[in-house]
Amino acid sequence: MAQHTTADTSLREKLRRAERRRKIQAGTLIGPLLLLMLIFYFIPIGMMLYRSIDNSRMREILPNTARALAHWSGESIPGEEAFAAIVRDMKKAYPARTLATAGRRLNFDQVGFYSLLLKSGRKIKKIDGPPYRDKLIKIDKKWGDPAYWTVLKRGLRNITWMYLLRALDLRYDTQNRVVGVPEEEAIYVSIILRTIYISLSVTILCLVIGYPLAYFMATSSASVRNLLMIGLLLVFWTSLLVRTLSWILVLQDKGVVNSFLLWTGLISHPLPLVFNRFGVYVAMTHVLLPFMVLPLYSVMAGIPSYYVRAARSLGATPIAAFFKVYTPMTLPGIGAGCLMVFIQALGYYITPALVGGPKDQMVSYFVAFFVNERVNWSMASALGVVLLVMTGSFYLIFGKRVNITNMKLG
Amino acid sequence: MQQYHVSFRGVQKSYDGIRLVVKDLNLDIEKGEFVTMLGPSGSGKTTCLMMLAGFETATHGEIYYNGRPVNDLPPHKRGIGMVFQNYALFPHMTVGSNLAFPLKVRKQPRHEIDKAVRDALDMVQMGEFIDRYPGQLSGGQKQRVALARALVFRPELVLMDEPLGALDKQLREQMQYEIKNIHQRLGVTVVYVTHDQSEALTMSDRIAVFEDGIIQQIAPPDDLYERPDNSFVAQFIGENNTLRGTVATIREGVARVRLEDGQMVSALAVNVDTDGIPTLLSIRPERVAINPDEAKMAQTVDGHVEQLIYLGDHIRCRMTVAGNSEFIVKIPNAGGSGMLEVGQDVRIGWLTEDCRALDAQ
Repeated sequence: MAQHTTADTSLREKLRRAERRRKIQAGTLIGPLLLLMLIFYFIPIGMMLYRSIDNSRMREILPNTARALAHWSGESIPGEEAFAAIVRDMKKAYPARTLATAGRRLNFDQVGFYSLLLKSGRKIKKIDGPPYRDKLIKIDKKWGDPAYWTVLKRGLRNITWMYLLRALDLRYDTQNRVVGVPEEEAIYVSIILRTIYISLSVTILCLVIGYPLAYFMATSSASVRNLLMIGLLLVFWTSLLVRTLSWILVLQDKGVVNSFLLWTGLISHPLPLVFNRFGVYVAMTHVLLPFMVLPLYSVMAGIPSYYVRAARSLGATPIAAFFKVYTPMTLPGIGAGCLMVFIQALGYYITPALVGGPKDQMVSYFVAFFVNERVNWSMASALGVVLLVMTGSFYLIFGKRVNITNMKLG
Repeated sequence: MQQYHVSFRGVQKSYDGIRLVVKDLNLDIEKGEFVTMLGPSGSGKTTCLMMLAGFETATHGEIYYNGRPVNDLPPHKRGIGMVFQNYALFPHMTVGSNLAFPLKVRKQPRHEIDKAVRDALDMVQMGEFIDRYPGQLSGGQKQRVALARALVFRPELVLMDEPLGALDKQLREQMQYEIKNIHQRLGVTVVYVTHDQSEALTMSDRIAVFEDGIIQQIAPPDDLYERPDNSFVAQFIGENNTLRGTVATIREGVARVRLEDGQMVSALAVNVDTDGIPTLLSIRPERVAINPDEAKMAQTVDGHVEQLIYLGDHIRCRMTVAGNSEFIVKIPNAGGSGMLEVGQDVRIGWLTEDCRALDAQ
C-alpha cells in the first residue's frame, strides 16, 4: 500500500514536471505578444480610461484652496480662510500661467469661470492683506455666489465624473445632483445614436451585399473563387486613405458617376453623392465588406450540399430549402460577420471625416476634435470610454448570441 | 405494357460531354420491390439514384415514376423519400423538427404533424429522442432518425444512398434487418445503393449489378449468386474460383472446355457460343468436393494442396488447380475430414451444373 502511494506521488511529480516544461514552452511562445500587448495596448488604454476621470492637476494648481474647502458644507459661501487660500493660490498660479488651465477646466463645468479666474488673477496683486473675502468679492461679485464655490470644490476633487457625464449629455447642478444639460448643449447622445445608426446601416448593407457574394464564392469553381477572393482581398492591399479618397473621385460632382449620368441625360444637375450620408455608407460598406464576406464564406464552404438536397427531397421548394435549412446553418457566419463589421464601424473616423458632411460625423471624430482642436484630453478620453463601453457591450450581448446559435454541425 | 412503379428507359448520363457515366440504362421496378443497385465505386449506381431523385438530369432517355415521365419534375415535386449516406439531418433542428420538416412544407395541420412525427419515431424506437439535436446522437441513432424522416411523409418510394456506410459492422447488420422489416411492414418501394455485396444479398428482392455504367445482371440474390451471367458478376458476388480454358465443343448448352494444363471438363455454356474461344470457368468454393465419388461427380481434375486454414465451421483449402494457385475449396468441418495435408495431391470434382463457362473478359 505504501509502495502504491510513493508510486502515485512520483507519477504525479513526473506529470507535473512534464507539464511544467510544456507550460514554459507555451509561455515563451506567447510571451513576446503578451508583453507587446501590455505595453502598447492595455497600458495606454488604461491610461486613457483614467484620463477621463483624473483631476489631480487641479489640486496641484490650487492646493491651498483644495485644503481649505475640504470641510466646507456648501450651504453658504465659505469662510475667510478659504478666500485667503485662493488668493494665495492665485498669486502663485497667475504668473505661472497655470491659472488659465484651471480656468478652462472649471469653465467646462460652469460657463464664466474662465473669465472669473483670469480677471481675478489679473487683479490679485492688489490684494495685499485681509479681509480677503470682501476684497475678492469687490473684484468680482461672483465670488459671493455659493454656486461658484460648489463648482470650485467639485473641481478640486482628485477624481471627477464631469467629463463622463458630459459625454452622456449630463451635468451636475448647483446642488451636486446629476441632471441633463440644457437642450441647446446636448449633442453627444445624438452623436452616439448616430454612430450606432450608421454602423447598423453599414452592417445591414454589408450583409445584403456580402451574403450573395459569399454564397456565390462557396458554390462556384475553384478558379472563379480564387479570382473573387483576390478581388476581395485587394481592399486590404490598398491603404484606407487611398480607398476613401478614390471614392471622392468617383462620387464627387465632376466624378465618374455624375459625369456618366449627365452624359446619358438621366439627370441635368450632379447628384449629391459625397460629403453626405450616402457617401459615408458607400465608402464604409466598401471598406468593411471583406469582414462580412470572409466569415460567411468560411462557414458556407463547410456546409455540404446534401443538406439542401435532403430538404428538396423532403418536399421543400428551392427557396424554402434555402431559407429554412441553408440560411440557419450560416447563422454563425452571419453573427461573426455582423459583429466584426458593426464593431469596426463603431470606431470609424477617417472615412466619415473625409466623405461625410458635418452631420455624418461619428464619436471618433469628436475624440479627435477634442484632442487636436480643443486640447481637452479629458473629454476626448471620456468619449473614448463611451465608445469602448459601447463596443464592449455590443460584443458581450451579440457575441453570446452568436455562440448560442453556433451549435455543433453534423 | 405493364405499368411499373419506376422505369428507366434508355437513360444515359454524362457530366463532361465526353464520357458516359451511365450507358443505356433500362430498369423496371415494381411497386413494393426492394431493388439494390450494387457495384464498385464509379460504376454509375449513385448517379442513377440521383437522377431518380431529381438532383441530376438524364442526358438522354426517360425516367418514369408511377407511369409519368419525371425528367423535368423538380425534386420537391416528386414526393420521393431519400436517406443520405451522411444522414443529412439538419443540425439546427431537433429530431422532432427534422421529422416535422417534410410535413410542414406540405402545410399539414399541427396535430397531424405531431402524431405522424411521434409514430415515425416510435417505428425506429427513437421516441424518447424527440427533443435532442442531431449533434447529440450516435451514428446509429442518426441513421434511424434519417430513416424515419424519409418515411414520415408516407412516400411510395424511398431511395437510400449507402445509408449504412458509416456504421460499424454489428450496427450495420442490425440496421439491415430493421430496414428490411420496415420495408415489409410499410410496403414501400425501396431503391438501395451499396457497394457491399453481403448487404445487397441480405436485403434485396432483386439486385442490379453495375459496372462501367451498365447493368451487368439484374436478378434475385440466389440467382445472382448461383447463376451469374458473366464473369464480372461471378467474381463480384461472393467468393469464386476461376479456371481459364478454351471451348472445344458446345452441345445442348454444355461446353467441353480444355483447361490450360490440357485436362478436359464440362461446364454450362452461359455466355460462350462458338467453338475455340477462350473462356473463364466459374465454380463456387463450397461446390467443390475432395476425392469425389466419380460416379456422381462427372467433372474431376487434379489438385495440389498449398495451404489449409482452420476456420471453425469449415476449413479453407487453397490449392493449385490447372495452373491457378488461388483455387479455394471450402471443406465442411464434419468430423473425420481432417485428412488433408499441405503438399498432398488430391482429386477434386464438381457437378457440371455448378461450373459455368463465362466470357474470358
